[in-house]
Amino acid sequence: MDMVTLILVAAITGGTSLLFAVLGGILNEKAGVINLGTEGIMLIGAVISAIVFLQTQNLIITFIIMLFGTGVLGLIHAFLCITLRANQIVSGLAVTLFGTGLSAYIGKSVAGAPIPVSIPKVDLSFLNSIPVLNAFANLDIFIWMSMMLSIILYFYMYKTSWGLHLKAVGDNPSTSDAMGVSVIAFRYFHVVIGSMLMGSAGFYLIMAYSPNWIEGMTSGRGWIAIALIIFARWNPIYALFGAYFFGGLDSLGFRMQIYDLNIPSYFLKMIPYISTIVVLMFIGWKNRSKPSIEPKSLGNPYFREQRF
Amino acid sequence: MSQKSSFDPLSMKTAKNDHGIPFKLEYDPHKKSGGWWVPVLSILLALILCAIFIMLNGMNPITVYTKMLVGAFGSSFGLSETIVKAIPLLLCGLGVAVAYKIAVWNIGAEGQFIFGAIGATAVTIFLPNIPGALYIPLMMLAGIAGGAIWGLFTAIPRTHFQVNELITSLMLNYVALLLLDYLVYGPWRDPQGFNFPGTPEFTPYQMLANIGGTRLHFGLIFAIAAVVILAFFLAKTRWGYELRLLGANPTAAQNAGIKINKHILIVMMISGGLAGIAGAIEVSGVAGRLMYGISPGYGYTAIIVAWLAKLNPWAMIFTSLFIGGLIVGGYSVQTIGLPSSFSSMLQGAILFCLIAGEMLSRYRLKRVK
Repeated sequence: MDMVTLILVAAITGGTSLLFAVLGGILNEKAGVINLGTEGIMLIGAVISAIVFLQTQNLIITFIIMLFGTGVLGLIHAFLCITLRANQIVSGLAVTLFGTGLSAYIGKSVAGAPIPVSIPKVDLSFLNSIPVLNAFANLDIFIWMSMMLSIILYFYMYKTSWGLHLKAVGDNPSTSDAMGVSVIAFRYFHVVIGSMLMGSAGFYLIMAYSPNWIEGMTSGRGWIAIALIIFARWNPIYALFGAYFFGGLDSLGFRMQIYDLNIPSYFLKMIPYISTIVVLMFIGWKNRSKPSIEPKSLGNPYFREQRF
Repeated sequence: MSQKSSFDPLSMKTAKNDHGIPFKLEYDPHKKSGGWWVPVLSILLALILCAIFIMLNGMNPITVYTKMLVGAFGSSFGLSETIVKAIPLLLCGLGVAVAYKIAVWNIGAEGQFIFGAIGATAVTIFLPNIPGALYIPLMMLAGIAGGAIWGLFTAIPRTHFQVNELITSLMLNYVALLLLDYLVYGPWRDPQGFNFPGTPEFTPYQMLANIGGTRLHFGLIFAIAAVVILAFFLAKTRWGYELRLLGANPTAAQNAGIKINKHILIVMMISGGLAGIAGAIEVSGVAGRLMYGISPGYGYTAIIVAWLAKLNPWAMIFTSLFIGGLIVGGYSVQTIGLPSSFSSMLQGAILFCLIAGEMLSRYRLKRVK
């Protein structure tokens, strides 16, 4: 494999867990709920996957139980933010703090244990002779699932009536309520599904990217995913490219250590974090005079009694 | 999707009230959230919730909680350890609370703490031959400066580039942590330290004095002073008034001519400076050197300290002691086989229950006629 292919494969495998998390975050925010619990939900997803897989050795059961567990965590966030109308930022921070603590607590027994997993790969060997495209010849099934998911979500959000309702719920809940869309149900549904996608990010991270449980193993990926939502302008297709871009940066630091550039590895590991800030600053500077495109009632609880 | 679904767990059930229940819960937006009993009840509820996880681990929750309580407050050693932990929590908590008052979500206290520790240590490394009495003041100033600069790195992208400070401050935590690792494994490592990832030990002049033969140190005075000064400035000055106005209604405040960007910059420097001096106190009062893992997550725990106290500086004295006790108690239950992460799980659960309790206390129970 040539250099371009290597970089592409590294970017895709590094970016897939980010992609799941960004898509989950987009669903949350499109419904008007900020979910800062991404990091905690990813950790819980990862630790549940590790524990269940080591017990059952069954990928599908693991995935389903992980979806259930992270869905419950999303439900708590939804209950606090939607029904109790708590501050979404504080609630999200609580999810992250609780998730970090709980994952360390229940993951103690499996810490460091290698997870003997082999994710089925999709064999497209006919691509092998084509340059660049040969990066796609031997990717695992979850990568293809995540790519398809971003396309499906794109169509869902922009081409279906449910997707339009979703946009309305996030932009102007009282109008959509008047239209007969249940704001509460829409928000609950998308927060829970979005949280399950964030859990899938943790699942992919531990099942494919680094298969053993370490405390706090997401190391800020959840937060990078939150930044990527802005980078992707709430669009699932842009999220795909954004995630691979940052996935590439993530593995760049790792690769550069091999070439012995005489830069301490600590500085290389800073690349994803610093570039997140720089990229966001660039986007902010570029869009400084444009109106914000974030969902207009993002972060605001909906008071049915007070609609007018 | 034309018909309305009845998926509204709380208000639908109560609003309709065709179940013959003579009461209904009603949200009252004007009611202030409840008093001191809300945090107390939330803590109790969180303890009950976490008891389930203790039982899953095959242990008796009452034994565990008793052991934690005794470990944290039951002996003079435990108590002094609790206060030693409470000092950085109090300072960092004050820092984040100031920022939260105007909805600047600084979650970078961890990085600002580390930068303060680095700043204070830099004084000992680069100025080895100054009069001994100068060390502590210089180190504290360098700590404040380090934290404040790190805070500015969060504030400037927010004010000039519209970058969400949550993301910036958290990313900078990781950068600060990596920089710390670089320093203590690299250029600042003690050459006589047998590969221990830490700087050479500080000289007695560079250390804060201990109080009465315990590990308790004079950083306590700094922390209490910070509470008094901050409470005074928040309650009695024009600046404090402007902060309250910005927190209550940013649009009205801006229309009244209050410059929000200026306030964000000032508040983030104060917030960072407080976390920074906490870092400086930690290296000069407890660790005696800059070393790997100087902060066991004080910056994150401080968020809970601040919220438990409802962002009130005075109340933070108690909440920081409580959370400090939780950390020390968490160490003491490790001896009976509970992971140390138990206390961080408990902290998260407390925050959850607190948010729910705060909001629930704004509901009113009304008799239906």
